[in-house]
Amino acid sequence: MAKIEAEVGKPKGGFMKWIDDRFPFTETMKLHATEYYASKNFNIWYVFGVLAFVVLIIQLVTGIFLTMNYKPSAEGAFASVEYIMRDVDWGWLIRYMHSTGASFFFIVVYLHMIRAMLYGSYKKPRELIWIIGMLIFLVLMAEAFAGYLLPWGQMSYWGAQVIISLFGAIPVVGEALVEFIRGDYSISDITLNRFFALHVIVLPLALIGLIFVHIVALHHVGSNNPDGIEIKEHKGPDGVPLDGVAFHPYHTSKDLVAIIIFLMIFSAVVFFAPEMGGLFLEHANFEPANPTATPEHIAPVWYFTPFYAILRAVPDKLWGAVLMGAAVMFPVFLPWLDRARVRSIRYRGWMYKTALTLFLISCVALGWLGLKPAGGGYLLAARIFTVIYFAYFVFMPYYTTIDKTKPVPERVV
Amino acid sequence: MKLLTTFRLTAVLGLMFIASAAIAAGGDKYVEEAEIDPGNINSLQRGAANFMNYCSGCHSAKYVRFNTIGDHLELSEAMLVDNLMFNAEKTFEPIRSSMDSDDSSRWFGASPPDLSLIARSKGADYIYTFLKTYYVDPSSPTGVNNVAKGLNAMPHVLWELQGFQKAVYETQITEKEDDEGNIEIVETEVFVGFEQVTAGSMDAEDFEDFVRDTVNFLAFIGEPNRADRRRIGTWVIIYLLVFLIIASMLKKQIWKDVD
Repeated sequence: MAKIEAEVGKPKGGFMKWIDDRFPFTETMKLHATEYYASKNFNIWYVFGVLAFVVLIIQLVTGIFLTMNYKPSAEGAFASVEYIMRDVDWGWLIRYMHSTGASFFFIVVYLHMIRAMLYGSYKKPRELIWIIGMLIFLVLMAEAFAGYLLPWGQMSYWGAQVIISLFGAIPVVGEALVEFIRGDYSISDITLNRFFALHVIVLPLALIGLIFVHIVALHHVGSNNPDGIEIKEHKGPDGVPLDGVAFHPYHTSKDLVAIIIFLMIFSAVVFFAPEMGGLFLEHANFEPANPTATPEHIAPVWYFTPFYAILRAVPDKLWGAVLMGAAVMFPVFLPWLDRARVRSIRYRGWMYKTALTLFLISCVALGWLGLKPAGGGYLLAARIFTVIYFAYFVFMPYYTTIDKTKPVPERVV
Repeated sequence: MKLLTTFRLTAVLGLMFIASAAIAAGGDKYVEEAEIDPGNINSLQRGAANFMNYCSGCHSAKYVRFNTIGDHLELSEAMLVDNLMFNAEKTFEPIRSSMDSDDSSRWFGASPPDLSLIARSKGADYIYTFLKTYYVDPSSPTGVNNVAKGLNAMPHVLWELQGFQKAVYETQITEKEDDEGNIEIVETEVFVGFEQVTAGSMDAEDFEDFVRDTVNFLAFIGEPNRADRRRIGTWVIIYLLVFLIIASMLKKQIWKDVD
């Protein structure tokens, strides 16, 4: 006995050493927090990544509690949501947090994407972070779409009906594919059950996996900054970037302030305007799904409306769907479409600034138009903004090449 | 400077475009504002009585339990049992319709919808307008028509209180130019108001209050926890505000040494 003790020895560094000998805890903390250096000049645009993570946690936790009382069946779904809203203790709060969280997920993710476009965060060497991010966006859209069917209201039903039927426009295999997705000849109990499975297991798992890879890739190359320059190129004698500060405690303490401000805005919606005037919870969705009564006006939730407006701007169903898909996928190619030598908008010329402004205006306009009935002036406006939306990407290699850029400073300003 | 001008110009042009599109596709329906007061307990109590007396014969509110109404509207169990629970034994029971849904769809062609969430799906103003704008129409099977909804299966159940009224329409003539420049005369019927035909037991003002109380109650049962949510929300935001002050101080302290 005594011999074994002498060999193994008493742990010298206490509990942390015991852990570190078996799991790289301290090392990981250093690598990703206390010795991960990011630029000290981050502005408000740099909080939306963290906020997206906060919303993810809100959705996961509230989602678990909703699952405990929700019934995924055409017969019981709508009633179980009302049961949660009325009879489950704090059920209304959990449900409103989850429904508001869905909209806020898209708000922060859209702002997070705009940040990347403002400061060229997708450019070399961060192309993979951007592509993984776009995959996260795709999965998020699928997650939101599947989740929206679950309350089994009129808009849940008919919104799903419209979007799933789009696959029917694909030649030859279209109809079979639609049947495969629905699992039935129309949207039914079977569709609801599989969407529930996708919403609570498959897609959240994919989301968490992709977010993990997103952050690993980010920490491998380092964060961009509002000047779009590499802080790693100017290091002090201790090997620490001169313009960088450690993620923890510097950025974490700054993010904490941002998180609280975010939670105040989030709470204002949850407690005082959970329907957000019909934008976050559509009025028609307080009516149970009725397969025999088509609502006169079907509009998806606001975060899908820019793409919905593009879909309806094309008179042909197949080409409308193709264009909608292209609108979602085009940003993936930004790292290669953008030929500018500088990253940040601060040092770009007037052409890119104008192009980005027009692009953002067209996104908002398309979002608004997607909520309106398609016809007359609305349709014409949607077509014009669709052209602007695509022009931003299609002509990008050209205007970013000839655009006059300003000299970029060596160090962050 | 020049750059800024370009920016603003593009932004303004975009906004103008949106605005013009909005005007191009107008057209609105006749709606009166309900002006309900969700904090008025007396109005809600009267609304509950109105609902049980005039609505619950045909309509259910199956997600609403009597004890929920009691808790929020300050009604004791005895008051619930004596005044509201005509077809229920226990206070935890929901509001059921007295009419069988198979019967009703045979009699009216459609089952009366459940009213638990009607104010959330249709809006208080719409229901208020709907209940007030029944008018005599001999061509309708029920003898009445409705300005807000048009012809529908529901008879004018409040006729005893409101009496019957006639809708007055005016023919409006507008000139419209088509693509080829030909001027076309378009006649449209525009609703201008009502004319009382037979008197009800209430005058117009009392009837308005009656409908307003009822709509207030419908809005309440749409979301019984609304008042709680707003009350708690205020405290949540105050709590976060305190937390925000502490967090900002912490941030300032930590960033002190960063130039």
